[in-house]
Amino acid sequence: MTSLQTDGRVADGRLLTVEDLRTTFATERGPVCAVDGVSLTLDRGQALGIVGESGSGKTVLSRSIMGLLPSTARREGSIRFGDQDLLGPNAPDMSRLWGREMSMVFQNPMVSLNPVMRIGEQIAEPLRIHLGMSRRDAKATAIRLLRDVRIPEPDRRVDQYPHELSGGMRQRVMIAIALACGPTLLFADEPTTALDVTVQAQILELIAEQRAERNMSVVLVTHDLGVVAGHTDVIAVMYGGRLVEIAPTKVLFSQMRMPYTEALLQSIPRLDQKSHTRLNAIPGRPPDLHDPPRGCAFAPRCAFARDRCREEAPPLATAENPDHKFACWYPVGSPEYHETKERISAGLEIGSTS
Amino acid sequence: MSDAPHLRPDIDAVLRVRDLVVEFPMKRGRRVHAVSGISFDVARGETLGIVGESGCGKSTTGRAIMQMPRPTSGSIEFESTELTALGKRELREARTRVQMIFQDPISSLNPRRRVRDSVLDPLDIWNRGTVEERASRVDKTLEEVGIDPQRAHDSRPHEFSGGQCQRIAIARALVLDPTLIICDEPVSALDVSVQAQVLNLLEDLKAAHGLTMIFIAHDLAVVKNISDRVAVMYLGRLCEIADPDRLYDRPAHPYTRVLLDSVPVPDPSLGRATTAITGEPPSPISPPTGCRFHPRCPAADERCRVEVPEMTEIEPGHHVACHHPLVTPVTISS
Ligand SMILES: Nc1ncnc2c1ncn2[C@@H]1O[C@H](COP(=O)(O)OP(=O)(O)OP(=O)(O)O)[C@@H](O)[C@H]1O
Ligand SMILES: Nc1ncnc2c1ncn2[C@@H]1O[C@H](COP(=O)(O)OP(=O)(O)OP(=O)(O)O)[C@@H](O)[C@H]1O
Ligand code: SF4
Ligand code: SF4
Ligand SMILES: [Mg+2]
Ligand SMILES: [Mg+2]
Repeated sequence: MTSLQTDGRVADGRLLTVEDLRTTFATERGPVCAVDGVSLTLDRGQALGIVGESGSGKTVLSRSIMGLLPSTARREGSIRFGDQDLLGPNAPDMSRLWGREMSMVFQNPMVSLNPVMRIGEQIAEPLRIHLGMSRRDAKATAIRLLRDVRIPEPDRRVDQYPHELSGGMRQRVMIAIALACGPTLLFADEPTTALDVTVQAQILELIAEQRAERNMSVVLVTHDLGVVAGHTDVIAVMYGGRLVEIAPTKVLFSQMRMPYTEALLQSIPRLDQKSHTRLNAIPGRPPDLHDPPRGCAFAPRCAFARDRCREEAPPLATAENPDHKFACWYPVGSPEYHETKERISAGLEIGSTS
Repeated sequence: MSDAPHLRPDIDAVLRVRDLVVEFPMKRGRRVHAVSGISFDVARGETLGIVGESGCGKSTTGRAIMQMPRPTSGSIEFESTELTALGKRELREARTRVQMIFQDPISSLNPRRRVRDSVLDPLDIWNRGTVEERASRVDKTLEEVGIDPQRAHDSRPHEFSGGQCQRIAIARALVLDPTLIICDEPVSALDVSVQAQVLNLLEDLKAAHGLTMIFIAHDLAVVKNISDRVAVMYLGRLCEIADPDRLYDRPAHPYTRVLLDSVPVPDPSLGRATTAITGEPPSPISPPTGCRFHPRCPAADERCRVEVPEMTEIEPGHHVACHHPLVTPVTISS
């Protein structure tokens, strides 16, 4: 059950409901459907991971929800945030939601931070604009936020410029800015991709800690299945602009059904494998969104594809577990899947070409 | 006892690096201590992986082997030739046998030239074989890395994907038939699925050509997958060196342990990695005394603050530079 706080915010229960969202860009080569019929929900305090190869639509999906898109983009479908309909006729002014309700941590902090502005001022700015704080209060809050994100000597750092900080510290500053106005939903788009593993571990821990402390919802966008495994409740896998599998994190890893998800997991080298273990690379490339294939978009690269896959796109549907949806005609574990597997291991067929 | 027991004087080494120091001068007489006295050797046909955090000196080490720039001090012996002693012309010649592959595949190719010409260039410059021989060698190499020679003949780099450009850069590095290839983060900019394709390709090429490789990366799982031996660097120094299965199973250096504990594992049933370290690496302009890891090391004591730990062998083929290694040394009979 959804309950509202006095300020109209969702205290718990459902925070976000996305239904059949379609985002299309007008380009010189014609329309590009970068998000194609995505539906998902997110509860207060939950963390959702979005994974998929480059170009699968992860960033466009996040930006579509936040309303941060160029004018060439058109959104269809429905996005409900709390009790507000973000795409309907009475849609709120999104800029009033940014910072206070939803905020975003981007991949590259050096591009997103203003190089000629002290970091304290960059954190204080949204506080003064959105919360109407005085200059002094905003600075005091900025110092507290820097302390929250574990920046040493926050009183001194607050007056420094971005170039005086290391990459890891800059990303912490980005998180401090995103957290400044106490958002209910934080988008973190590849927040650790450019960072060392040690710093990555610290940043992910920081986001998890702030999520628990603030009962904040988090959408974590990444191509790294290792990152989402330890830091999300639900994982959505995207391919060619579509959701192809979505399930609670533990369920997804223990019973993945979509051959694409399986292939993605098997293509990454793992620490627990012996050295020189042959990797299961996925042949070929993701689909061209200008000219998407007719049936299942993964069919040209899928070892389990059959004629039906090339004709008819599989719908995102549930099987035995209502929380686990996937879009595949011959999912992992099906008789056809096993039959193909046996043929592959017998060496009669090495994958399938379109 | 030798001061560098991890060196293998008896092997057929393609490369022997001794006491390599690279410093970059700065304003007011200060210096960046990028690489501070590291030694290693690479056996023929071996892949040496080098891992460590950003700024620890991995790329500087790779470039110093190529004499780009020339190291501050130390010795680099490549196939019995001391590279630091070579003049410009001899060095140019030697560089044809050592090739480098970089992280950013698109910018490592000339954007205005057709891709096939970029691969042909080294053969033209060094005047290898007849025109026909060159052409067939280029086409053969392109096919080997999975690029259609006809398409390469017609197209420029921007018409290829990142993974394809990396394949082309590999073809360009291979075409002169080098002995040693230094790969500096060759798959870091690639998508996971493409990364697997390129790693498999490098393994195949290594087998087919008997290549010797140095593979630099910050991704520990990638390095484990491709290497025969792995060296861990911290702030310009070598911490630990061993074969990957041993190193990853039983890290002996506290820093190696921290690195491994920080890697996110794609298996939610194993729980989340605990953050075993705080803080960030100190500046290489004024590196800490003694063991450079001591300000962040949970096991540091007074000795660590004053005395630089030397490499010691703690089990056969497993060497660590630490006063208090995590693996108890076994008695090694010589
Ligand atoms: N402004 C735009 N105009 C036209 N096409 C766009 C625009 N922005 C994104 N796209 C296209 O939408 C698709 C999805 O892009 P998106 O950035 O969401 O991918 P992603 O999954 O975030 O990839 P990455 O992992 O590389 O960040 C891509 O094919 C991209 O080229
Ligand atoms: N030309 C240069 N002038 C001054 N300092 C330099 C130069 N090249 C490298 N450095 C410094 O030397 C140190 C080692 O740099 P290097 O590029 O070798 O690190 P790395 O291990 O390759 O890091 P990364 O993982 O970020 O590529 C760093 O502190 C770097 O800033
Ligand atoms: S629908 Fe067919 S092509 Fe698509 S993932 Fe399933 S088996 Fe493969
Ligand atoms: S020498 Fe001392 S400070 Fe350095 S890693 Fe070993 S225990 Fe830690
Ligand atoms: Mg993106
Ligand atoms: Mg480097």
